[in-house]
Amino acid sequence: MATQHSRSAARIMMAPAVILLLGWMLVPLAMTLLFSFKQYLPLRGGDLGWVGFENYVRFVSSSAFWPSVQATLVIVGGVLAITICFGVLLAMLLDQPFWGQGIVRILVIAPFFVMPTVSALVWKNMFMDPVNGLFAHLWKFFGADPVVWLSEAPLFSIVLIVSWQWLPFATLILLTAIQSLDSEQLEASEMDGAPPLKRFWFIILPHLSRAITVVLLIQTIFLLSIFAEIFVTTQGSFGTRTLTYLIFQRVLESQNVGLGSAGGVYAIILANIVAIFLMRIVGKNLDA
Amino acid sequence: MGRITLDKVVKRFGDVEVIPPLDLTIEDGEFTVFVGPSGCGKSTLLRLIAGLEDVTDGQIRIDGNDATDIPPAKRGLAMVFQSYALYPHMSVRKNIAFPMRMAGIPEDEQKRRIDAAAKALNLTDYLERRPGQLSGGQRQRVAIGRAIVREPAAFLFDEPLSNLDAALRVGMRMEISELHAKLKTTMIYVTHDQVEAMTMADKIVVLRAGYVEQVGSPLELYRAPRNVFVAGFIGSPKMNLIDGAEAAKHDCKTIGVRPEHIAISDSDGQWTGRVGVSEHLGSDTFFHIHDTGLAETITVRADGEVGFRHGDTVYLTPREDSIHRFDEQGLRIA
Ligand SMILES: Nc1ncnc2c1ncn2[C@@H]1O[C@H](COP(=O)(O)OP(=O)(O)O)[C@@H](O)[C@H]1O
Ligand SMILES: [Mg+2]
Repeated sequence: MATQHSRSAARIMMAPAVILLLGWMLVPLAMTLLFSFKQYLPLRGGDLGWVGFENYVRFVSSSAFWPSVQATLVIVGGVLAITICFGVLLAMLLDQPFWGQGIVRILVIAPFFVMPTVSALVWKNMFMDPVNGLFAHLWKFFGADPVVWLSEAPLFSIVLIVSWQWLPFATLILLTAIQSLDSEQLEASEMDGAPPLKRFWFIILPHLSRAITVVLLIQTIFLLSIFAEIFVTTQGSFGTRTLTYLIFQRVLESQNVGLGSAGGVYAIILANIVAIFLMRIVGKNLDA
Repeated sequence: MGRITLDKVVKRFGDVEVIPPLDLTIEDGEFTVFVGPSGCGKSTLLRLIAGLEDVTDGQIRIDGNDATDIPPAKRGLAMVFQSYALYPHMSVRKNIAFPMRMAGIPEDEQKRRIDAAAKALNLTDYLERRPGQLSGGQRQRVAIGRAIVREPAAFLFDEPLSNLDAALRVGMRMEISELHAKLKTTMIYVTHDQVEAMTMADKIVVLRAGYVEQVGSPLELYRAPRNVFVAGFIGSPKMNLIDGAEAAKHDCKTIGVRPEHIAISDSDGQWTGRVGVSEHLGSDTFFHIHDTGLAETITVRADGEVGFRHGDTVYLTPREDSIHRFDEQGLRIA
């Protein structure tokens, strides 16, 4: 395909970016690994020397560990389920021709451009506030007692906020996938006697499977590390302490860098397991 | 049974009238070809019959029953699309089984029909493959297989061969004709290629801008084109159309002579001209003659062994009994 010459030229031109990225990734990774084997308490004596795997053992055996894994999985799973189900529905809706299509599409994408901190604050203060929030007014209008969202349904609230942020992304990817579906295939299935629901199930959904996998993969990797939404809402209380948040607390609130770093290494391993797992699904889909 | 009648069918997209009121009857078991230049409304007409487009006005009857408002799946027609429209994530077997699965036909009957179709279409070895792993011709056959197993009242083909290379096209043309001879089911076949129309059709419907210009058997159209458009469209190479003084000699506006009805000679003849490009096909040679004073070029078919060179002066003689005459409106004068 490419000649020897153009290939080596390509390598030279890619080198700066590759080196920069490697440095960006390798330096923090190496430091995390280094600290994870040390007793390092910045405000209580600093570097207290090597401790082997003690940090790793302590991190896992702490009573907060398994609940944090569970909270992480619930949030990631919940957001994935909501964004993909509604993403498919919205994508099919937006694919229909209707008046004002261009503007509606831009509006749908808008939440993606709002910073996580800002959107979490907006949700917390404008929608979920038990006194002044929009939901509270709605509930009162129907004569119900306002829900104190962030303490009564904390996990659900966070899932809702994060889903709102990620729905545009899922919708966008799925919309482009739907647009690439050959309309003759749909017409053929219509002539073959498939009613709308079966057309969705047998033609549209299989066509979307690759895009859904891509959404799944990319979102999982980003969702494992959500932080701002928890920080500005529940601060990790009411069972919303995810793995990421736990690491943050260990490092900054308990000032135990060694312990936090060990948690960080666990998170890296977890993210890689997910990534490899999903990569294989994508790979299998791409073969077909 | 598959007798399809169009009664004053009209199709408009917004303000654009693609099909003006159109009457047409397709007899049971007939191989009908819709032919016409690109954009003349052939596909639209076929999709109206299939039910994929709603008619604006008029009525479509299948076997005498009004089918105008019946959804496509219930019309008992099967369509083969230009892009094949196979389901890429299903194996060939599942593709062919799909319409039967939707109709709730029992498994063993499905299997019997699939095997029969696969045998007829030489697909037995490919049943477990995905469409992406097949060649163009094989995909085409899968699409036909998917249509056959439904045992439809009529088959609709929309330019099914236009994505194939020339050699394969000739082969598939024969396979489809063969299939028609065997099944004896009504087939409606859309193409812009008059050669396909001539070689396959029982009945040709020539369309121009949604209007039916002429309906007839291939030879009727060849022998007696109803107007200048059909005369120029049917036959290859095209008929020579001559206006002016030469036409006036025959008391008409335009005369038409087919290339195969003109004799070429180096010594004497009715018309004189200079040889331009010659196309040697081996069996025949087509000469493009310039400077005749009749039309820009006159095409002549001669025997493959006749050898004139570029720039030679030649003499042409049309066969008097094969001259077509057309009046001011372009209509044939009998
Ligand atoms: N969905 C549509 N909306 C508007 N115009 C259309 C539509 N489909 C076809 N047309 C128009 O109808 C005419 C006939 O199209 P078509 O039937 O596809 O032609 P053909 O198949 O003979 O090439 C064309 O001028 C085309 O632009
Ligand atoms: Mg067409």
